[in-house]
Amino acid sequence: MSDKILEIKHLKKYFALKNRLTVKAVDDVSLELGKGETLGLVGESGSGKSTIAYVLVGMYEATEGDILYKGEDLAKAGLYRTLKQKGEIQIVFQDPGSSLNPKRTIRKSLTVPLQVHDKGLSKPRMDARVGELLEAVGLPAEFADKYPRAMGGGERQLISVARALATHPSLVILDEPTSALDVSIQAKVISKLVALQKELMLSYLFITHDLSLMRNVADRVAILYLGRLCEQAPAADFFEKPLHPYTRMLLSSIPVATSEEEELKPAKILSTGEIPSPVNVPPGCAFHQRCKDMLPVCAAERPVMREVSPGHEVCCHLYNAN
Amino acid sequence: MDESWKETLKRSWLKYSESKITVLGLAIVAGFVFLALLGERIVPYPEHIGSFVDFANASGAPSGAHPFGTDLIGRDVLSRIVGSFRNTLLMGVIVLCISAPIGFMVGVIAGYNKGKPVDTVLMRLTDIFLAIPPLVLALAIASVLEPNMTNSMLAITVMWWPWYARLAYGVSSSLRTENYIIYAELTGVKLPHIIFREILPNCLSSMLTKMTLDMGYVIIMGATLSYAGLGEQAPKPALGSMISQGVKYMPEQWWLTVFPAIAIIVLVLGFNLFGDGISNMLGTDES
Repeated sequence: MSDKILEIKHLKKYFALKNRLTVKAVDDVSLELGKGETLGLVGESGSGKSTIAYVLVGMYEATEGDILYKGEDLAKAGLYRTLKQKGEIQIVFQDPGSSLNPKRTIRKSLTVPLQVHDKGLSKPRMDARVGELLEAVGLPAEFADKYPRAMGGGERQLISVARALATHPSLVILDEPTSALDVSIQAKVISKLVALQKELMLSYLFITHDLSLMRNVADRVAILYLGRLCEQAPAADFFEKPLHPYTRMLLSSIPVATSEEEELKPAKILSTGEIPSPVNVPPGCAFHQRCKDMLPVCAAERPVMREVSPGHEVCCHLYNAN
Repeated sequence: MDESWKETLKRSWLKYSESKITVLGLAIVAGFVFLALLGERIVPYPEHIGSFVDFANASGAPSGAHPFGTDLIGRDVLSRIVGSFRNTLLMGVIVLCISAPIGFMVGVIAGYNKGKPVDTVLMRLTDIFLAIPPLVLALAIASVLEPNMTNSMLAITVMWWPWYARLAYGVSSSLRTENYIIYAELTGVKLPHIIFREILPNCLSSMLTKMTLDMGYVIIMGATLSYAGLGEQAPKPALGSMISQGVKYMPEQWWLTVFPAIAIIVLVLGFNLFGDGISNMLGTDES
């Protein structure tokens, strides 16, 4: 595996509510991301995947744990990280509607990061950079003088990508970048992202609830449930040999079109129940109430992550060594 | 570029003129601005705007020479009404151009820091100002200070900014969770840029609409203060003080009161219609 650009160790992010309750949005998550790699972080809504993204970019400080970016700890830095780090770790948000200021042209939106990270750039150089950024994401230069309302969701999302590229990032957090888009446009945005990654050696933390998307995009896939990791594996391994009962449930719920695809899928496991509230996480394994293969120990004891085959980790009592 | 600018203007006018009555408002406002600018150059008796005495023609009813009659010391009422427009309009413009930016800054700082102590302090302060009846506060301030036009503008400004603070607060507290604001914070953009380049453009249309709609109310407030003797001092003309002097001689010398009152009504009506038109044009719903 290539060099580590990001190491998250035992990250916890708790939010205190008014009535003395705590939301354990992220509870002891460890992840690694290599240079030029894509890590797919998959989970249902409320599983804490966006919270991880926000801690990484500095919107929140971590409650506990370490975030090592190129060896430097960012867990407690929040927004007080260096300007260089702010430029190198960028984010593309889910909602293309609110990513761009509706009252400003694309040119103005794209010059925002340039004014901060390329101080003293002359006006013509600035315009040239805007042109380059638009070209990089495959949009015509005329888009610079348009307003966001004159564009489609996919185009706006590409502009968000272009804006993230403006500061020469090495780690881009993609927070469900395509879930608000039409399927036909999703493919276009994804293929652009993949091409850019190769060209610029970007590392992606790709957050999504769409597992099938990960098959084509991710090098590694991690499954998050109620703020805890269930399973983490190289993408191929993950789709061939899913181990965690929750992963199997998710994989079997992907709709398929052809019979070959049908054969690849694990036996149908009906999804039962809803994801519990993160305020009130069940004791033991967080998933035990919805689990088909529940053991007596599951309700009592929280399982730990263990490696079952090289690079393939699972957090489940079924795979205890004995 | 030039072409698209013309296009924008044309589209704006189409939107503005959708309702014919707002076009009337624009005409009224334009007329008053015209009269205010020319002032003493077009009135029949320019010298009557100041301290002029002509007892021979005192208290004359409307006639050919004096269409709106003459006052107690023989000055032409029409000349004095027209002569007062410049200060009346100037007062509205100055009050709004000072209170809107102050209110914006207070509201935006509070709204951007929603939930923090700064927000609580600033917005509770704003609430205190809003809780006091505006006229009472303005009268109190104006009467403590020396009565003149500057101080009456000051008094109105002091009670006017909270409305703009509320407006800016509403917009900025909802914008702060928009992704482009969060993006700016994460990328290391400085606060002034966020306030003036990202938030301000989103407040501008509702602020402008409110300013045009408020113009009429500021004029009424100014006239009220001058009615109470706290505005522009004699011999300079002010609509409010002309009415307050005239009411003593109602109904016999009705022209002293009725014509300045009509001027106020038309002025306020014009600005309200104009404000409605601006609201239609900018697509802000101010109701």
